[in-house]
Amino acid sequence: MELSGGEVLMEALKEEGVEYIFGYPGGAVLHIYDALYQQNSVKHILVRHEQAATHAADGYARSTGKPGVVLVTSGPGATNAVTGIATAFLDSIPMVVISGQVPSRLIGSDAFQEVDCVGITRPCVKHNFLVDSLENFASTIKKAFHVATSGRPGPVLVDIPKDLTTPDIKVPFEYPDHVEMRSYSPPELGHPGQIRKAVDLILSAKRPMIYSGGGVVLGDASEQLCALTRELGFPITQTLMGLGAFPASDKQNIGMLGMHGTYEANMAMHECDVLVAIGARFDDRITGEIEKFCPYAKIVHVDIDPASISKNVVVDVPIVGHVSQVLDAMVALVRESSRRPEQAELDSWWAQIKKWQDEDSLGYDKTADIIKPQAVVESLWRATKGDAYITSDVGQHQMWAAQFYGFDKPRRWINSGGLGTMGFGLPSAIGVQLAHPEATVACITGEASIQMCIQELSTCLQYNTPIKIINLNNRYMGMVRQWQEFGYEKRYSHSYMDALPDFVKLAESYGHVGMRIDKPGDVDDAIKEALSLTDRTVFMDFITDQSENVYPMIEAGKGHHEMRLNPWKEPA
Amino acid sequence: MRHVISVLLENESGALSRVSGLFSARGYNIESLTVAPTNDPTLSRMTIVTIGSERRIEQIIKQLNKLVDVVRLTDLTEVQFIEREIMMVKVRAVGEGREELKRMTDIFRGRILDVTESSYVIELTGDDHKIAAFLDTLGAENIIEVVRSGATGIARGEKSLKV
Ligand SMILES: Cc1cc2nc3c(=O)[nH]c(=O)nc-3n(C[C@H](O)[C@H](O)[C@H](O)COP(=O)(O)OP(=O)(O)OC[C@H]3O[C@@H](n4cnc5c(N)ncnc54)[C@H](O)[C@@H]3O)c2cc1C
Ligand SMILES: Cc1ncc(C[n+]2csc(CCOP(=O)(O)OP(=O)(O)O)c2C)c(N)n1
Ligand SMILES: [Mg+2]
Repeated sequence: MELSGGEVLMEALKEEGVEYIFGYPGGAVLHIYDALYQQNSVKHILVRHEQAATHAADGYARSTGKPGVVLVTSGPGATNAVTGIATAFLDSIPMVVISGQVPSRLIGSDAFQEVDCVGITRPCVKHNFLVDSLENFASTIKKAFHVATSGRPGPVLVDIPKDLTTPDIKVPFEYPDHVEMRSYSPPELGHPGQIRKAVDLILSAKRPMIYSGGGVVLGDASEQLCALTRELGFPITQTLMGLGAFPASDKQNIGMLGMHGTYEANMAMHECDVLVAIGARFDDRITGEIEKFCPYAKIVHVDIDPASISKNVVVDVPIVGHVSQVLDAMVALVRESSRRPEQAELDSWWAQIKKWQDEDSLGYDKTADIIKPQAVVESLWRATKGDAYITSDVGQHQMWAAQFYGFDKPRRWINSGGLGTMGFGLPSAIGVQLAHPEATVACITGEASIQMCIQELSTCLQYNTPIKIINLNNRYMGMVRQWQEFGYEKRYSHSYMDALPDFVKLAESYGHVGMRIDKPGDVDDAIKEALSLTDRTVFMDFITDQSENVYPMIEAGKGHHEMRLNPWKEPA
Repeated sequence: MRHVISVLLENESGALSRVSGLFSARGYNIESLTVAPTNDPTLSRMTIVTIGSERRIEQIIKQLNKLVDVVRLTDLTEVQFIEREIMMVKVRAVGEGREELKRMTDIFRGRILDVTESSYVIELTGDDHKIAAFLDTLGAENIIEVVRSGATGIARGEKSLKV
């Protein structure tokens, strides 16, 4: 079979089982778009901005585990995609980005719409390629998918000069069935001796703590994590990226840890004597002041990336390997062993945790006559029976979504944790909805974030993605305002969102349903009504309490045991 | 501590910038970096001299290993190894000093590559101590120009870095 470059790409995507490609056309990819037009195995989703293409592909990837695929043109197309590529990179999301490049002979001449795309994206991709000949195109795509999806996943970019996709230049097509890269072999199996050592330590714990992260979601090891945690009866805390891998509704779950984690999770981190870190990377948002981190704990760390280990915190028992394999081995060893941690010790540890839980660190005023943002999230949780896909933007609303929507399943909570990219919520929801057409998909956002990719409302109409947008409208960049309240004596420098659009009319002008809700008593019914419109995108503009802050909070320089708690207390 | 790290990487355009980019992006020190093809034309060999705490060096090695273009690497500082660098130095050579310079060059086993009425170009090979000692001996006031290749290194004995 002789194919042109554009056709090679289409065939390769088909071989990879790609369902959707998110993109935006332009000069350097016109040949590819022409090949796209003449096939029907891959569906193209036309976004309204290339950043959204990457976020939509990202949402697709996070919610399915399959790589998201993006197609953009050279120059501005590629630079617009950079934010979304970096977003995927920091959260280790598998993604393949195809970018057009100016014709080979013009590279380096400051040609029209030329940027050094491989150079610009180098620091924020797992790997990238500039295709140098049509003969290598198919094998390069194969490599791109392999690298993006194996080991610690990440985005991979393939830059393809326009001349290599010329329709009348054809090469014999054969898609490789495996990849040979002598320089790339991600670790798989954890070292048995290390695993044994870890289990020994775990079984000797008096005040144990499991701290799991995004790696468990990425590695599809939720089942194994649950097995280990339940077998041991230990408390578990999850990072923002790990939520749902262990069910929030389970008694052993003591909530998220870190800057806006629960009081009990952070106190337990501080006091524990054995910490089992699983697919988590000791990010500065979770460690607090590093000198004060887990002062009494011996630490086990399971991670597929050796560079994650002892990067921020030196650990005692490192295990490099795939989380599902390592957890399987751990569960087997625990089950084999007759040893168990001293039950009396474990009981008193749980009793201590209960005391911390009594602090009710997520408590808020439920009687206020103004809508509390937390109440909206709780209402959404009830109305969807905790079973929706929730995407989010960045800010206070993101934290409230994480704190108040109890995720019982992995891949349900879709947010930008590492880069913290405002504008992520709506486009990622499009990707999620396309991947799960029958599911309820809600985007919990803020009035500042939503405006960063608001143009995607048009994409929602075109592809009929009935997303429910929950805009927690506090007329502030709330997260910025909160920091200014705490750290800058309430000098609210440029954090006020003035001149907001009428979101109801805006939604309507895009052909959607708009709702404005400003009374606490209307929240439940409004959400039910919106959810009943199963074939419509609904923009729900909730006018919320402007002064609400996210609590509890670890402020800069503080340790886990020095959280700032909500000054509001439930009246006795 | 000073570490000498040898890296075999794919001889592909862009591979060098992945390594140098890694160092600048993560704020790692580079004392010197040299790279050239090997007897296997598909591979380049790079020698990186860097300074950092043990933990820092461990991260550097892990991050280098993560680069897809890096095939293999070794921290030579962990084994017995030979380090060599070549330097060419242009010095003022006038009057009586000319003889003295010639003698010093011989003692350091250097070679004079170029002679004019007022200058020599001297070639010297050695590790960084030897090169520093020679530069000291020449004296800053006599040095017109210095060019150094950066360190290269290889393990002693049977040990080798190859694919
Ligand atoms: C406004 C804001 C506030 C935030 N506040 C908090 C907070 O309070 N608490 C919090 O937790 N986070 C918070 N974050 C998120 C934070 O910035 C980090 O993104 C997050 O803590 C990282 O989560 P993680 O450690 O699970 O790592 P991830 O980024 O999910 O990394 C996953 C780790 O698992 C490894 N891994 C991947 N695949 C596998 C596999 N198959 N097997 C084994 N290992 C694997 C990877 O190598 C990596 O080390 C906040 C973010 C924002 C934007
Ligand atoms: C692209 C981008 N720019 C700036 C920031 C910094 N930032 C973090 S939260 C935030 C405010 C978000 O406001 P809003 O979306 O209204 O959410 P709220 O905090 O009010 O819930 C800003 C500006 C960011 N995370 N991303
Ligand atoms: Mg806001």
